[in-house]
Amino acid sequence: MTQTPLTKKASASEAPIRIAKREGLSSRRAILLRLLTFVMAIVAGGVFIAAMGQNPIEAYKLILRGAFVGSQRNPLSSIQATVIIFVPLLIVSIALSFAFKMKFWNIGGEGQMIIGATFASYFAIFHSDLPHFVLIALMFFAGALGGAFWGLLPTFFKVKFDTNETLFTLMLNYVAIYIVKYLETLTSWRARAGFASIKHFEDNAKLMKIGGVHIGWLLALILIVIAYIYLNHTKQGYEISVVGESQATARYAGMNVKKIILRTMLISGAICGLAGMIQVSGIDYTLSTGMTGGVGFKGITVAWLAQLNPFVMALIAAIFSILEKGSGVMQSTLSISAAATDVLQGIILFSFLGGEFFTRYTFVFSKRRTDK
Amino acid sequence: MSQQILNFLYASILSGAPLLFATVGEILTQKAGNLNLGVEGMMWMGAFAGFYVGLKTDNALLTIVGAFLFAALGALIYAFLTVTLKANQNVTGLTLTTFGIGMSAVLGYAMTGAASGAPRLSEKLSSAFSAIHIPLLSKIPFFGRLFFQHNILVYLATLLAILAALYLKYTRIGLNVRAVGENPAAADAAGINITAMKYINIIVGGGLCGIGGAYMSIITANGSWQPGGIVNGNGWIAVALVIFVRWNPAAAILGSFIFGAFSSLSHYIPASFLDLPIAIYQMLPFILTTLVLIITSIRKNRASCQPAGCGVNYYREER
Repeated sequence: MTQTPLTKKASASEAPIRIAKREGLSSRRAILLRLLTFVMAIVAGGVFIAAMGQNPIEAYKLILRGAFVGSQRNPLSSIQATVIIFVPLLIVSIALSFAFKMKFWNIGGEGQMIIGATFASYFAIFHSDLPHFVLIALMFFAGALGGAFWGLLPTFFKVKFDTNETLFTLMLNYVAIYIVKYLETLTSWRARAGFASIKHFEDNAKLMKIGGVHIGWLLALILIVIAYIYLNHTKQGYEISVVGESQATARYAGMNVKKIILRTMLISGAICGLAGMIQVSGIDYTLSTGMTGGVGFKGITVAWLAQLNPFVMALIAAIFSILEKGSGVMQSTLSISAAATDVLQGIILFSFLGGEFFTRYTFVFSKRRTDK
Repeated sequence: MSQQILNFLYASILSGAPLLFATVGEILTQKAGNLNLGVEGMMWMGAFAGFYVGLKTDNALLTIVGAFLFAALGALIYAFLTVTLKANQNVTGLTLTTFGIGMSAVLGYAMTGAASGAPRLSEKLSSAFSAIHIPLLSKIPFFGRLFFQHNILVYLATLLAILAALYLKYTRIGLNVRAVGENPAAADAAGINITAMKYINIIVGGGLCGIGGAYMSIITANGSWQPGGIVNGNGWIAVALVIFVRWNPAAAILGSFIFGAFSSLSHYIPASFLDLPIAIYQMLPFILTTLVLIITSIRKNRASCQPAGCGVNYYREER
């Protein structure tokens, strides 16, 4: 989508209302517009809850309470559970934003997470006798390697033959799932005969905790800053933007476009792989096909809504995590399925996607011919 | 042995039929220049709506119509956002998938909550969807069993695929649709109503995905509602199939049969002959698709390939 200057001349067929591209929307108005969109999304979600025969205000209260108010024994328990949902979502969103910035549609976050987790699980299962820090370090490395490998596979074909990456990365998600399903059938990986599940990790292979939650949250916060600096204040980050704007421009400027695409997808895949490793080593303590929790897909929308700004991604990922954690509580109290969170997220996303229109375009009400 | 092969081929057609509905639907959508990644979600919406209407009315026709309309509603959201409000197609489609899966889970939960035990479709409705033996033709040895003893939806899917191919190739609207998908600016200059073409194709395409979903909840799942276990990624396979059959609805008949064969292969290859884990068989359709992607990109065969304008929104003043 190139920014062409708006031509003043109206088209020949004079419609009473015309859509024109909006130029230079002030950031205050843009924020106001988004806030308005968010309020409307919450209202639309409320209508949905009301249609399910429940009181929307009660439901929203339950969601907030479910996400923040803990049990008596551990007042922080709910917040910790919300953070646990937040961490992989944020990390994957940031990972995907690297690829999106150069208009490379990496929809393979799910698969890159799973393969990263699989590589890491290999060490957790077969080398659990290593010293704790060595093992965890190896698992981090393996996770990044696995994710990078799974991300580079379609990228290689993209730069070589211009193979469609949207669908290629998508297909690899499923290949990854079935690789794990295959591992579940192997005697060396599975927990016990007759059960399709992978062994549980030894304590040695579990991620250390800070504040009752695995250290992934700290890594995620650090990653926000690193990603922001890398994308906005380094040469490599600048190269990514140029390739995203126009590959031809990048080539004229003497950039090695193929190398930039490969390098960026290596980073994107590696971070997804790290997220996978953190999930299996920090939360699940085992490898499973459902380990991603759909984060690879949700991260796409988070990154897109945040317009690839890591700080805004953190905010949106937080909202989604609150919704998800809270909806689980809502289900046990009201008779609404926990899947209501998906619908609510969908409604919020639809609203934002629609709301974007009003930040990019504006309606022009044509007056009676003034050019005469 | 030959009985075994016949059973395998027959099963392949059965599991290919829901793919055929969704694939034809997605081809119609993409031919108008929109890549809708919401197929999985729309199939789930259709799976629920078809089941629910079937449970309430016992009427086969209403079941199909209900599935079509509910999924078409999902497609309408997508169309409004991408065509009118020019939202990003990939993100909108993926959101539709999340939304559709969530919607059918929530509504399915409410439906199950009201009934005692897992809801089941009535005998009357199930028999309406049982195999129909076409007079005379079904008596032909081998081929009679293979092609003329199917449920009504298998015939409907095949018919729709042929009609879609004729529509795109020989009708005036179909020609316009293809122009919109290939070069919207030129189509606009030629006076084609781009918005209308896109809306019609996206909505009808989405509705077809819905029928595919209803097929899975009514026939594949044997008439009992199984939360979370009905569509099972078939929507994504359909997206892959569109590429595999190179945007040709008629070729989709064969393509969905082949993909259906892959998914039923594991039940029919004797372990004594080839003992592969089921996961490997299940992986095959996806690997096959990546191979197709690679091969088509190497051959750079632009003819009969992805519509050039697919995935990019059209804005008249932005050329």
